[in-house]
Amino acid sequence: MSSYSITEPSSRQKWVAGSLVIAYAIITLLPLVWILTTGFKSPTDAIAYPPKVVFEPSLEGYVNLFTTRTRVTQEQLEALPPPATWYEEIVRDRDMVIAGPSRYGERFLNSVIIGFGSTFLSVFLGTLAAYAFSRFKVPLKDDLLFFILSTRMMPPIAVAIPIFLMFRTLGLSDTHLGMILLYTAVNISLAVWLLKGFIDEIPREYEEAALIDGYTRFQAFYKVVLPQAATGIASTAIFCLIFSWNEYAFAVLLTSGTAQTAPPFIPTIIGVGGQDWPAVAAGATLFLVPVMVFTILLRKHLLRGITFGAVRK
Amino acid sequence: MSDTPIDRVAKATPPSVASKIRGLSDRTIAWLFVAPTIFLLLAVNIFPLIWTINLSFTNFKANRPNREVDYIGLRNYERILTDGDIWLSMQATAHFLFWTIFLQVLIGFTLAWLINRKFKGNDLWTTLIVLPMMLSPAVVGNFWTFLYQPQIGLFNYGVSFFTGIDPSSFQMIGDVALAPWSIVIVDTWMWTPFVMLICLAGLRSIPDYIYEAAEIDRASKWRQFWTITVPMVLPFLMLAVLFRGIENFKMFDLVVQLTGGGPGSVTELTSINLKREAFEKWRTGYASAYAIILFVTVFGLASIYVKALNKVKER
Repeated sequence: MSSYSITEPSSRQKWVAGSLVIAYAIITLLPLVWILTTGFKSPTDAIAYPPKVVFEPSLEGYVNLFTTRTRVTQEQLEALPPPATWYEEIVRDRDMVIAGPSRYGERFLNSVIIGFGSTFLSVFLGTLAAYAFSRFKVPLKDDLLFFILSTRMMPPIAVAIPIFLMFRTLGLSDTHLGMILLYTAVNISLAVWLLKGFIDEIPREYEEAALIDGYTRFQAFYKVVLPQAATGIASTAIFCLIFSWNEYAFAVLLTSGTAQTAPPFIPTIIGVGGQDWPAVAAGATLFLVPVMVFTILLRKHLLRGITFGAVRK
Repeated sequence: MSDTPIDRVAKATPPSVASKIRGLSDRTIAWLFVAPTIFLLLAVNIFPLIWTINLSFTNFKANRPNREVDYIGLRNYERILTDGDIWLSMQATAHFLFWTIFLQVLIGFTLAWLINRKFKGNDLWTTLIVLPMMLSPAVVGNFWTFLYQPQIGLFNYGVSFFTGIDPSSFQMIGDVALAPWSIVIVDTWMWTPFVMLICLAGLRSIPDYIYEAAEIDRASKWRQFWTITVPMVLPFLMLAVLFRGIENFKMFDLVVQLTGGGPGSVTELTSINLKREAFEKWRTGYASAYAIILFVTVFGLASIYVKALNKVKER
């Protein structure tokens, strides 16, 4: 149907609106583009004035990100056998040799372990709780739901004081388990609220039919409700994952070595005489790109996820 | 087939009861399902909260756990409320809150309104605009210190490109007058898409027939905007302000990475101030009282605001 509508904006209006939005998008994306490109610049290109848009790509930032290096004298350098790999060559060009791997790999892996661990736990527990809140008469239901939400209003630093003491007493400081439990507790409010919304939308008739067919309540939940809620569960999981992935305050206060995640680590990447910006940008790129991909995949559920299901659309 | 007494009882029970025996009762399942979540929240949220309240009446220092702990009553609270530094950080927080929310509402609503003109490809651009807010504030904040470098920074270069001001003549994060704005700019850059998305949902919830009716009544576009668009989007906008308000009151990661509270303490928001007291000066008792005051403030303001929001929704 292509009938004329008086509420449809004119094509000139559309054109103006479109150009303004695109202009905003380009400006707002510049810092992100800058992160991506700085990672491939040489240190001199990265701090050139005026800022370089066209440059010769270099993998030095990425090499520096994954290695630690020591400076050697010209004689020592000449005494060494020729570089065996391309990355050794890059390092040698700067009168340095590779001393060993950097901590970035470990920190990234910690982010993966803690992120996925806490996401799994919060979605698992959250689905159970959400189902119960959606389908059964739970006493004090509204109060409990509000209580779950209100735990999000505390500044993380305020919670961190007793958590710090508690973890120290229980031996959970700087452990993966401690961080997984903590992030699960933070994420679970989001998981319950979102999933309750998704489960509320599944008609009760499906389960009732299953119950009449002789399923137990648990079977009905497992075989009827869960498959129906799969999309909702998946998008909730990605939101939980993104939160844990990005979290900084707890990570910087409660971890220092073994369980430190990438966000507190990336800003500490330093080179000779200050921050090694290409390496920082390389670290940031590898860390941010997965989230960008998820965001694009998730665009239909974005609003619901970031507003705790308050806005559904 | 065996015919034990239990089987006979089972056959004699009515089907409804039998089904309950077969599976778990709904009540049991409800409790079984809710309990782990509640337990976890009690252990990681409520128990620490009670502990904080308890600590707030003491002079405990976490770096000296063996020192004798004295209960000093309300003295921590008294000291905080009369401390000039804390009022300064409250002011810094207020400045940050006011301007971030103001700018984000203004730009976010405008963008949403423009996107709602439904030009070709608006979905793609919306998704791209949303990217910054999904990223790690600490990592992105850290990178912004690079963009803010005098001379070589992209931000300073951009400003000089458009205004002709020498890019090495100003330092966004090193200058006492500019630093509070440097954090406002980055937060606005990051979170405007959030307000935009919520406004967009609001705009899309307005049915076309309302505008059609207004058009028939010959209401001007300007009048339509103020009497239909704005009131219908207002509840959504207020929700966005609530979310941003709570989040920015808690603001820590982005600003810590950008300015670390400096120069001096002009960008030391309450969360950063609290972190100093708790984890650098190790005045645990004092910091606990501070944390409680902050929590009560957020909770109180949010509750009043939600009441106002509900009134707007009822209208």
